[in-house]
Amino acid sequence: MKDAFGAPQSLLILGGTSEIALATARRLIARRTRTVWLAGRPSPALESAASGLRDLGADVRTVAFDALDSASHESALGPVFGEGDIDLVLLAFGVLGDQARDENEPGAAVRVAQTNYTGAVSSGLICAKALQAQGHGSLVVLSSVAGERARRANFIYGSSKAGLDAFAQGLGDALHGTGVHVMVVRPGFVRSRMTAGLPETPLATTPEAVATAIEVGLRRRSETVWVPGSLRLVMSALRHAPRAVARRLPV
Amino acid sequence: MPADSTSTVASASSAVPSASASVADVAPVPVTGWGRTAPTAARLIRPRTYEEAAAAVRACGARGGIARGLGRAYGDAAQNAGGAVFDMTGLDRIHAIDADGGTVLCDAGVSLHRLMQVLLPLGWFVPVTPGTRYVTVGGAIGADLHGKNHHVSGSFTRHVRALELLTADGEIRTVGRGTPLFDATAGGMGLTGVVLAATVRLQPVETSLMSVDTERAKDLDDLMARLTATDHRYRYSVAWIDLLGRGTSLGRSVLTRGDHAPVDALPARARRDPLAFRPARFSAAPSFVPDGLLGRTTVGLFNELWYRKAPRARAGELQRISAFFHPLDGVPHWNRLYGKSGFVQYQFVVGYGQEGALRRIVHRISRRRCPSFLAVLKRFGEGDPGWLSFPVPGWTLALDLPAHLPGLGAFLDELDEEVAAAGGRVYLAKDARLRPELFAAMYPRLDEFRALRAELDPAGVFTSDLSRRLGL
Repeated sequence: MKDAFGAPQSLLILGGTSEIALATARRLIARRTRTVWLAGRPSPALESAASGLRDLGADVRTVAFDALDSASHESALGPVFGEGDIDLVLLAFGVLGDQARDENEPGAAVRVAQTNYTGAVSSGLICAKALQAQGHGSLVVLSSVAGERARRANFIYGSSKAGLDAFAQGLGDALHGTGVHVMVVRPGFVRSRMTAGLPETPLATTPEAVATAIEVGLRRRSETVWVPGSLRLVMSALRHAPRAVARRLPV
Repeated sequence: MPADSTSTVASASSAVPSASASVADVAPVPVTGWGRTAPTAARLIRPRTYEEAAAAVRACGARGGIARGLGRAYGDAAQNAGGAVFDMTGLDRIHAIDADGGTVLCDAGVSLHRLMQVLLPLGWFVPVTPGTRYVTVGGAIGADLHGKNHHVSGSFTRHVRALELLTADGEIRTVGRGTPLFDATAGGMGLTGVVLAATVRLQPVETSLMSVDTERAKDLDDLMARLTATDHRYRYSVAWIDLLGRGTSLGRSVLTRGDHAPVDALPARARRDPLAFRPARFSAAPSFVPDGLLGRTTVGLFNELWYRKAPRARAGELQRISAFFHPLDGVPHWNRLYGKSGFVQYQFVVGYGQEGALRRIVHRISRRRCPSFLAVLKRFGEGDPGWLSFPVPGWTLALDLPAHLPGLGAFLDELDEEVAAAGGRVYLAKDARLRPELFAAMYPRLDEFRALRAELDPAGVFTSDLSRRLGL
């Protein structure tokens, strides 16, 4: 169960090698979390992520999960909830793609969309249903500022995050009053493996900062969290900027 | 059936004919404790008869059920995510009052408020009342409540002769004092079964007024010295502490002690109707309040005023029962004043001889500038045999804290460590955040409790968010 400050005792991470998710898990293990499920494609990286969290004293198990194979989601995630209550599901998988290549290879662009959006719709609904049945729990969805307004530089990724963001908001409204809390997290540019080598945009942040914001959001039972918080203002201005202006902005 | 329950029968059980109350069509609703933290959804079922209650228990499903009274437990003791919550306020009959011997036999859903309304005109008072009248008799047993008279009267279940308990098998047992099931149920947070009715011994009073002595203490040591020296002279005793006080005023406080006023202490007018019960009532707190209304500044101002307004010393002031025992009951829904994030109440006890730990904790709270609106210090007398009952002889401090304060969870964890190291414990009826490992260290009879539950309720029918969180 969560405590009064929203600190969960059990955690399921979809996208078990995500740096943001692992930074969040480390923070939560330092508080109350004792059980962690890492869902992801079986790989040495997933195993080393698991052993890293084990070293902090958590009981960590891995489960094979492929975002692209939505037909398998029910059979992969069902047993996790069968083992006991999950207080927090962190939906953290996603790919950035390569905008230049993906524009020329529609098949590759579709993979980005299928991973980030379709895969999240399928696994998100399965988790939401399970959380609703247990009458409590939080679903934290890692969206992105890129989904708030399409940018020339990454609109394929951005559009998939826009779909995910809208889905998560709607799901949160659907689950209002069921004891289940859905929180949409919109980080800006996060310095991580995913963005290595890319030019930084202003207000860049780190996985640790996102983890901190998630912990605070859980305590406040927030519905939307921006990281850094100042992005909320910046993006509300940017969202209303005329296309002709937005197109020329150096972000 | 409850007519013979005044006799102390060890454990007679009686089968109840199964009723066909369906629970499947009840939609889940969000439920929280009084602190309004960590809401979870449950099917709220309101039985009106013992048979309906038994049917609800039998049909509660895989995620079990838990009894709930008026929802004054601060944390998650009366929540059950995904399962059933039995709202016991529909079982609210007072079956019998022995006006000569001073006992009452009533349903568990009867509130202490109702008991006072009925009993005061007869010259009787509830033996133990917490800071609110809006708790049920069942809740008082489940939490084994204490009041300002613990040093004299012990906790609530000391005054319970016998109770009717609906157990996991759907049967109703009469549970007498001195049996393991009674001791597991007293303070057992509803996890041994649903209390349906109880016979409670009452306290005789001549009037419905309190004769109150008030004095100020300039700091914590002064306060502790005064309490130690004079507590035994008063039936009721409590101290309010300003935990925002610093330096030489650290722990400055107002002591309020009193007893039921005898008739001859009343002015002539009041003697005409000495047992009248007229609690004051103000308008309710608004339903929306932003987080942070009760912050350092407002609480600091309040504390300053509260301390200054208290007389340096005043004896024999007459106060109404509601003003002396339940000042906050006058403001319905006062818990909303803490905003959406809600609040936690932290109450712990450390034994006599552990004053050093108490001082260290008060210093830490003061140093951290925690805006605690209500901080109350009391001395406990002898404990009672309830296995998970909270009071043990020693000092108990209770404070309210807004849940949105950054880092509060980790800070309270540190206080827990200090409390546990001093052999003390925190109070389950108020808890919403204790670490399971520390809980086991604080309550040495937990294993017996678990063993009894495993035998009595192997399928875990009685389950609450509290029991899941702490692994009870």
